[in-house]
Amino acid sequence: MTLTPRSYRVVDRRDETHDTVTLVLEPAANAVKPFAPGQFAMLYAFGVGEIPVSVSRLADGHRLTHTVRAVGAVSRALCGLRTGGWVGVRGPFGTAWDSAAAHGNDLLVIAGGIGLAPLRPLVDAVLAEPHAFGRLNVLAGSRTPADLLYQDEFPAWEKPFAAVTVDRPANGWTGRVGVVTTLLREARFTPSDTVAFVCGPEVMMRATARALIHQGVRPDRIRVSLERNMRCATGHCGHCQLGPLLLCRDGPVVGYDQAEPLLTVREL
Amino acid sequence: MALAREVALPGGTRIFEEGEKADRFWVIRSGTVALDVHMPGRGRAVVETIGAGSLLGWSWLCPPRQWHLAAETRDPVRAWEFDAAAVHDLCAEDTALGLSLVTAVAETIGDRLRATRTRLLDLYGPPGPQGSWPVP
Repeated sequence: MTLTPRSYRVVDRRDETHDTVTLVLEPAANAVKPFAPGQFAMLYAFGVGEIPVSVSRLADGHRLTHTVRAVGAVSRALCGLRTGGWVGVRGPFGTAWDSAAAHGNDLLVIAGGIGLAPLRPLVDAVLAEPHAFGRLNVLAGSRTPADLLYQDEFPAWEKPFAAVTVDRPANGWTGRVGVVTTLLREARFTPSDTVAFVCGPEVMMRATARALIHQGVRPDRIRVSLERNMRCATGHCGHCQLGPLLLCRDGPVVGYDQAEPLLTVREL
Repeated sequence: MALAREVALPGGTRIFEEGEKADRFWVIRSGTVALDVHMPGRGRAVVETIGAGSLLGWSWLCPPRQWHLAAETRDPVRAWEFDAAAVHDLCAEDTALGLSLVTAVAETIGDRLRATRTRLLDLYGPPGPQGSWPVP
């Protein structure tokens, strides 16, 4: 069944930034199984193609929420959908942010760019049971202030701790400027009792993981979400192979202790 | 710390300007400082902000001892201010202290160099051809 898309209708659509859209989807008939934070669906834009997109909020009932940035033909088609439009959905696929493993620990949720989208359900889950965890820190880096996702949700995240930094400040930007790792200095965590969840471009995740390890966070307590070319999403076609991993099945979320040697191999 | 004095700087204070003599440095205790560079015809561009616990200024360490960037407080800042010449003299007398200080400053310079190089890679650009994770 995971190879057969199910029809979903766009019931809500929100422009997040100039090139990024959040779609809320409702099944026409049978829904796919429930998702966990960090897992992804294969979204099929009819007549254009299919791409993997993480769930960006675990909505009530059978609804699915995905945030998509328009950078290719399929993602542009998805971003162009209006309310009432149709999408094919396969899933859920892949590994999840294992928040249960972080119970009792401080949490670092570190995002670069659209990497905040797959981390948002994790933040929601942690906020839903705050006493199960230590201190929550949400750190986000963005190219420009206009590229920052979910700006209206940051006030709710600031009660634990949230900080944003940008690469290129626009006129009037009074916030921080620099790479996301600079925010670690302000975060509230005890490195030996911390679990970090990191999602963003690979170079950002590598730089962040190295900074965390330098500060004393164990590599096996750092989770990253890896991006590769996913096609079948069932571990058969091999397009998403990274060394011994098929990332659609064994990822996208993996421990940095496992990912680090693979990310530094020059040719695979 | 005998060489330091505590300073409180209101938000919007220009601490130093590009090209001026670098004769002091600061360790920020609270608040945020923006480092900027003037671009002819385009005004000032902030290239980085630094906060509590950070070293502000390393151009004093080696010739030509001129600020490479300018600095302005974003909000009220409390800091320890050090006289660079006095610190130089102390390091010349106590080479072990000097080595420790230079190592600490070099770490800061290295951090900022790495951050700058990472940003040159267009750190938060589109993650891939498909545009959303897991290829989120």
